[in-house]
Amino acid sequence: MNEWVSVCRIDDLVAGSGVCALFNGQQVAIFYLPGEAQPIYAIDNFDPIGAANVLSRGIIGDVQGQRVIASPLYKEHFSFTTGRCLEKPEYAVRVWPVRIEGGSVQLQQPAALNLESAA
Amino acid sequence: MAASSFSSSTASPRVVVVGNGMVGHHLVEQLINEKTNWHITVIGAEPRPAYDRVHLSDVFAGREPSELALTTREFYVNAGVEAIFGDAVASIDRDARKVVTEGGREFAYDKLVLATGSYPFVPPVPGSDNKLCFVYRTIDDLGSIKAAAATAKKGVVVGGGLLGLEAANALRNLGLETHVVEFAPQLMGVQVDPEGSAILKKKIEALGLTAHLGKNTQKIIAGEHHALAMHFVDGEILETDMIVFSAGVRPDDKLARAAELKIGERGGIVVDYHCRTSDESIYAVGECALWGGRIFGLVAPGYQMAKVAASQLAGGDLLFQGADMSTKLKLLGVDVGSIGDSHARSEGALSYRVIDEPNGIYKKIVVSKDGKHLLGAVLVGDNGIYDTLLQYMLNKIELPKQPLALIAPSGGEVPVLGADALPDTATICSCHNVSKGAICCKIEEGFVSLGDIKAETKASTGCGGCSALLKNVVDAELKKRGVAVNNYLCEHFKHSRQEIFHLVRVNKIKTFDELLKKHGSGGGCEICKPTAASIFASIDNEYVLEKAHVGLQDTNDTFLANMQKDGTYSIVPRIAAGEITPQKLIVLGQVAEKYKLYTKITGGQRIDLFGARVNQLPLIWKELIDAGFETGHAYGKSVRTVKSCVGSTWCRYGQQDSVSMAIAIEDRYKGLRSPHKLKFAVSGCTRECAEAQSKDIGVIATDKGWNLYVCGNGGMRPRHADLFATDLDDETLVKYIDRVLMFYVRTADRLQRTSVWLENLEGGLDYLKQVVIDDSLGIGAELETQMAHLVSTYQCEWKTTIEDAEKVKRFREFVNADVPDANVVFVEERGQIRPATTVEKRELIATD
Ligand code: SRM
Ligand SMILES: Cc1cc2nc3c(=O)[nH]c(=O)nc-3n(C[C@H](O)[C@H](O)[C@H](O)COP(=O)(O)OP(=O)(O)OC[C@H]3O[C@@H](n4cnc5c(N)ncnc54)[C@H](O)[C@@H]3O)c2cc1C
Ligand code: SF4
Ligand code: FES
Repeated sequence: MNEWVSVCRIDDLVAGSGVCALFNGQQVAIFYLPGEAQPIYAIDNFDPIGAANVLSRGIIGDVQGQRVIASPLYKEHFSFTTGRCLEKPEYAVRVWPVRIEGGSVQLQQPAALNLESAA
Repeated sequence: MAASSFSSSTASPRVVVVGNGMVGHHLVEQLINEKTNWHITVIGAEPRPAYDRVHLSDVFAGREPSELALTTREFYVNAGVEAIFGDAVASIDRDARKVVTEGGREFAYDKLVLATGSYPFVPPVPGSDNKLCFVYRTIDDLGSIKAAAATAKKGVVVGGGLLGLEAANALRNLGLETHVVEFAPQLMGVQVDPEGSAILKKKIEALGLTAHLGKNTQKIIAGEHHALAMHFVDGEILETDMIVFSAGVRPDDKLARAAELKIGERGGIVVDYHCRTSDESIYAVGECALWGGRIFGLVAPGYQMAKVAASQLAGGDLLFQGADMSTKLKLLGVDVGSIGDSHARSEGALSYRVIDEPNGIYKKIVVSKDGKHLLGAVLVGDNGIYDTLLQYMLNKIELPKQPLALIAPSGGEVPVLGADALPDTATICSCHNVSKGAICCKIEEGFVSLGDIKAETKASTGCGGCSALLKNVVDAELKKRGVAVNNYLCEHFKHSRQEIFHLVRVNKIKTFDELLKKHGSGGGCEICKPTAASIFASIDNEYVLEKAHVGLQDTNDTFLANMQKDGTYSIVPRIAAGEITPQKLIVLGQVAEKYKLYTKITGGQRIDLFGARVNQLPLIWKELIDAGFETGHAYGKSVRTVKSCVGSTWCRYGQQDSVSMAIAIEDRYKGLRSPHKLKFAVSGCTRECAEAQSKDIGVIATDKGWNLYVCGNGGMRPRHADLFATDLDDETLVKYIDRVLMFYVRTADRLQRTSVWLENLEGGLDYLKQVVIDDSLGIGAELETQMAHLVSTYQCEWKTTIEDAEKVKRFREFVNADVPDANVVFVEERGQIRPATTVEKRELIATD
């Protein structure tokens, strides 16, 4: 059964930006937008284009209403909701189920990346 | 005997070009471009390949002679052109169809092109052959003038024409008390009418020059107080240390005369519509050619002749049909323009004139009898309307009902011709003969930036006189095509960076959320967020990692370090002006060794330590700050380095203490956030070891103070900095830099270096000078105050960061674990670390 696991406290997040958490050896980028309808997002920290663990250190953006992260390496955008790279749709990252429960940030292991269905 | 003679039996026909001046070179270029099978030989008397004579005087303003080169020996070699330099052609043997050089070399031709240009006329005054008398036509002349001026205090230019005044400006730039002696009762008689000339005289005298009109020199002999004394027919005497003759040029037709080609009465090789001389096999182009009884002493017509001759050789049938001789220039900082029939000599011509003595402005237009068409114009003191007038004349556009309105003092509506009003046939660039139609074609093909259009058509790459008009045409055409060159920052702001800067400043906006709510839409992005952060920093200068700003920063600013390809960071402490104590060097070495950082000297005279993990950054910086270092802002769009040379303290040539000045400048502007990064340099003398002319702000010491250069760029598109002001004292230097930088910070686009900013600034360098030096916008004091505020609120961001435990938390690699990123793997190379390649990583991680 896929259960929710607490990875950090809400105080560990940075408003308007990202942090990185380890989950069973996997790096997860967690973004915090307090005040928005959906205030928290999580995706893989690994940038498949730059091939480095950096996505948590990008700038959060909005491309025609779609919440994205701009990779700090070469500035491609990855969607928070689909994980898809907007400029190079052959690339995608996993989107992690994430929630805030009583001051804790919790993650659930996502399905393996399936590039076909991620569109 | 030369190997290359008498080989006319070979497959390709031979063309020999005599003269490798501007026009001779243009012809060779055309022939190369036409891809004909001609075997091309070009022979030049000067020791170097063709250069830009038109901009010769720039050398006095600090440009290197080598920068004037129009081509190189390699270019000719690669194009298969046989090029001879420094060996003049001595004679033409028309029967044998060969030329012989002074050095005795012979070259056979099937067709010969004479492009020998002209030579300066020196009036036959006794004493004019004195070794302190010079002419001004070549790079070598320039060298002799400069050398003589080094020991002179006073100089005279004989000739008050266009070139004479240019020479006078050169002498003035060399620091001499300058006099102009003119035979005629007015200056620039060829282009300007007497009233215009009177205004011009007043203007240049206000600059400290003295003009002696109506003076006929009788003899030049030794003087009492200066080396030379010029005696005039009216009995007056003018003493001087040197003389430059600039009394007109004469077509260089010696060779043609000796070969008995048809020569005009007052000189010049007679040519027809095909630029052919009286010998079918010989052409003449440029300033040596006489067409329709006229010599065309400008490059643009010369280039047209070159095109015609090239077309003839390639089997085409272009014709030369005369050329417009209108000119626009700035002489000694004074605008002068002359268009068409400036003296109103056409039948029935009528003129309108505006004379504004207090402001030194004179404008005259000459219109046809029926008042419908413009025939000519003279402008002194203000060339603003030149382009419009020229287009009215060249394209025979019907004049407005009240032609006077064109030159009437502003206040009334000035009927400036929009680019739209021009027909497709309108010539936009006369140097390269580019029409509006040709520009539109390129735009159709998808070249939509001004730079691309310039590169594609060559428009505006000659004398540069057409640059404003070209920009208008390109902008108007793009607008028409809906390529609406909107300058909106991004999808979240329908404003340019400049407008946003203004909004933030005037409405005292402090945070991005407020800015977005009031003036934008959506959620922001990686374009508008850092731009806003930079603007806040340029105005308020708060700590960049304040809560409200932290999400706005690029990763480099967020972590105050530059991210590398593997996600690690580099560390660049400030080493102001490149000066560092041995003790500090040792500390750098120790820290690098302790944290195993790759160490390299940068191109900016400082030391970069690579390979730090994000959580190591505060630890490393703590050690560096304890040892007296501060952040180098290598991560910010901000002031990077001030490169220095060792200067007068050690160097035997140093004129001023360049290191102290560089340190002072770096200390003053460090931390300044700007639209793009800023680089400075200070050199101790003109040898320019600090390469100041490739920097955003360059300072070069003189014996009297500092010369300031602005808006240079290395990098992707190198640009030489422009000389902005000379011989400044320390205080004025800093004042000007304050103003230039703050004006740039306010008005530039995002990620626009100063070089591109200046190129796009309406009015260019002159406008910038007006704003900064003359304070034409009245904002000088305000710019200085703003800079003073930034200087006084400087903080080392790393110091602020390590002193605040909350802030240091941001540098955790993982919020829930203290382990290193397993994907960061180094291997060793030359005794230091480097990031492993993907292949190496796979192997290393697999064996772990
Ligand atoms: C470290 C250094 C190379 C070196 O090992 O010497 C360097 C490294 C980088 N340069 Fe540079 N440049 C370095 C001197 C230069 C110079 C030489 C100079 O400053 O005298 C130039 C040409 C001069 C100029 O800028 O006009 C230079 C022209 C560029 C450009 C092109 C800028 C342009 O306007 O054309 C970029 C790209 C950009 O900024 O958009 C760039 C960008 C970069 C970046 C920031 C690229 C990046 O985003 O990763 C590099 C990261 C630096 C780092 O991680 O620390 N670097 N770079 C030099 C640091 C100097 C210093 O002490 O701060
Ligand atoms: C200071 C200055 C400023 C100027 N400003 C402007 C301006 O703003 N706008 C403008 O349009 N024009 C300007 N001009 C004029 C412009 O430079 C000339 O119109 C142009 O250079 C003419 O080109 P050309 O090739 O015909 O002659 P040149 O450039 O004079 O070239 C002729 C070449 O032929 C060589 N030569 C001569 N005889 C022989 C021989 N027997 N064998 C081999 N080689 C020989 C000469 O050494 C010379 O190098 C300026 C000129 C000067 C000097
Ligand atoms: S620029 Fe001049 S003063 Fe400076 S080091 Fe070079 S030669 Fe010396
Ligand atoms: S007119 Fe001289 S460059 Fe265009």
